[in-house]
Amino acid sequence: MEQKSNGLMGWVDARYPATKTWEKHLAKYYTPKNFNFWYFFGSLAFMVLVIQILSGVFLTMFYKPDTALAFQSVEMGIMRDVEWGWLIRYFHSTGASAFFIVVYLHMFRALIYGSYKKPRELIWIFGMLIFLALMAEGFMGYLLPWGQMSFWGAQVIINLVSAIPFVGEGLSTWVRGDFVIGDATLNRFFSLHVAAIPLILIGLIFAHIVALHEVGSNNPDGVEIKKNKDANGIPKDGIPFHPYYSVKDIVGVIVFLMFFSIVVFFMPEMFGYFLEHANFEPANPLKTPEHIAPVWYFTPYYSILRAVPSIAGSAFPGVIAMGAAIVVMFFLPWLDRNPVKSIRYRAGWYKVLVAIFVVTFIVLGILGTLSVTDGRTLLAQVCTAYYFAFFLLMPIYTKLEKNKPVPERVTMK
Amino acid sequence: MSADAVNNSKRRLLVAATSVVGAVGAGFVAVPFIKSWNPSAKALAAGAPVLADISKLEEGQMIVVEWRGKPVYILKRTDDNMKVLETDTDMLADVNSDASKQPDCCKNIGRSHDKHTKTVVMEGVCTHLGCAPKYLPDMNNPFAGALGADWKGGFFCPCHGSFYDLSGRVYKSMPAPTNLPVPIHKYESDTVIMIGQDGSNA
Repeated sequence: MEQKSNGLMGWVDARYPATKTWEKHLAKYYTPKNFNFWYFFGSLAFMVLVIQILSGVFLTMFYKPDTALAFQSVEMGIMRDVEWGWLIRYFHSTGASAFFIVVYLHMFRALIYGSYKKPRELIWIFGMLIFLALMAEGFMGYLLPWGQMSFWGAQVIINLVSAIPFVGEGLSTWVRGDFVIGDATLNRFFSLHVAAIPLILIGLIFAHIVALHEVGSNNPDGVEIKKNKDANGIPKDGIPFHPYYSVKDIVGVIVFLMFFSIVVFFMPEMFGYFLEHANFEPANPLKTPEHIAPVWYFTPYYSILRAVPSIAGSAFPGVIAMGAAIVVMFFLPWLDRNPVKSIRYRAGWYKVLVAIFVVTFIVLGILGTLSVTDGRTLLAQVCTAYYFAFFLLMPIYTKLEKNKPVPERVTMK
Repeated sequence: MSADAVNNSKRRLLVAATSVVGAVGAGFVAVPFIKSWNPSAKALAAGAPVLADISKLEEGQMIVVEWRGKPVYILKRTDDNMKVLETDTDMLADVNSDASKQPDCCKNIGRSHDKHTKTVVMEGVCTHLGCAPKYLPDMNNPFAGALGADWKGGFFCPCHGSFYDLSGRVYKSMPAPTNLPVPIHKYESDTVIMIGQDGSNA
């Protein structure tokens, strides 16, 4: 589409940068031609966001944020009385887990291809903030059905706040708005879940994409395509995002929606991992479930929390470790001192370290769903130690790597 | 206005002063929003301290009062009971209440205030899964089960069978991990206890 000076688009373009924006971000946004499988997950994350907003807006029409009504309005109202209410709810509950699957894979892509490295540090930091906002969104959303796991999960997490020395008790009362988790807590979590955090999320995603389009996308070879431009100033290895990648991403969307539909229609509870069984019972403050486990996407961090022993009867060290496990990722661009971006041209043993990291992360996730035994605690401690060593020793070992030669142009492997 | 006429230092001062005043204003405006998250007047009233009159409480008797939706046990023990508390120690999981919740002034064998050693105030909430343990002062009670003759009276949780002694200290190898919590409380007089207010040695 050319910038027109007449016709309807000409009239609009004189008043609003419609064609300019279209070209800058889609039709003339030049993207490396060698994107592979791992590059589906950014656009998929965006699509899941749309699913969540659409289904969330409709759930809000039928949900009642009141401890006396919440469980009924979900399990009776939405799931049984409202026409197609069950489908909208399963879109939303499956979408929550899908969001984390897609985002974890998106982050893994950034890790292996060095997409956090100069000049993309801010993209990574905005991304980490999105991850944090997403965790807050997931945690608060989980309280809303007011089931047993909603209540006791929130109980455990809010009690972590009270482990903070001196101010903890007061702070946790402030967060709850009462001395126990109750109506006040449910109402404020509802407000944050449907209004405040989605707004923050959208703002952060906007900043994430603006930063990306400023510096351009990385690629599996970690080569800057802007270094090789043709006579027209267009990167030789670049192709316009639209139509090339918009069409490619549609393939990803279709495959994703196939898996998404299988879960929504045939296994919406995902064997108790997406919707925990205890949550089909209304919250009962006087009866703790036998086994409290957070939803799967929090379990790696929950494992780290449990792996750190209490010191002087205070769970605070565990809380610090859990927080640090997330904070340390913000510093990834400065921890990794290797100038080579893509894992393809880095040392073989670095690939092994990354592989072990993936395994420890998954093991921590599995352990977080299980009850504690001495053996499991030891395993969780070993994994936690590796998790932190992987990041904190990075400034040392990334300098010792023997890199392979990085090509001048992308390779289409 | 030409660039020469611009007084840059004056401009910087004005920008800085405006920013500071704006930031202070934003700080003040934040107060009502932050304060709105505090427990409301209704929640505070429901969580307010409660008074318990123990003037009619005889030794060996227990009364239950409600505080913040939880049953609170007030038990006055006999001299015999107090002796048991010193001798049953090797059967207890947390003799000195190190891992349990209580105000510092009650971290002792009787889990009570110094001037009122016989009277113990505890939340009747089993530390396992929150059931209400039963008061069984009788030494030959039918529940004693595995403890048999070693059972010297105390509390028994009917849900999963945790035993506690008369200070709410849990026995070893029970489902419950810690002793019954002691809420903050103070003695208004010798016969009136205020539960929910800290009063270390009053």
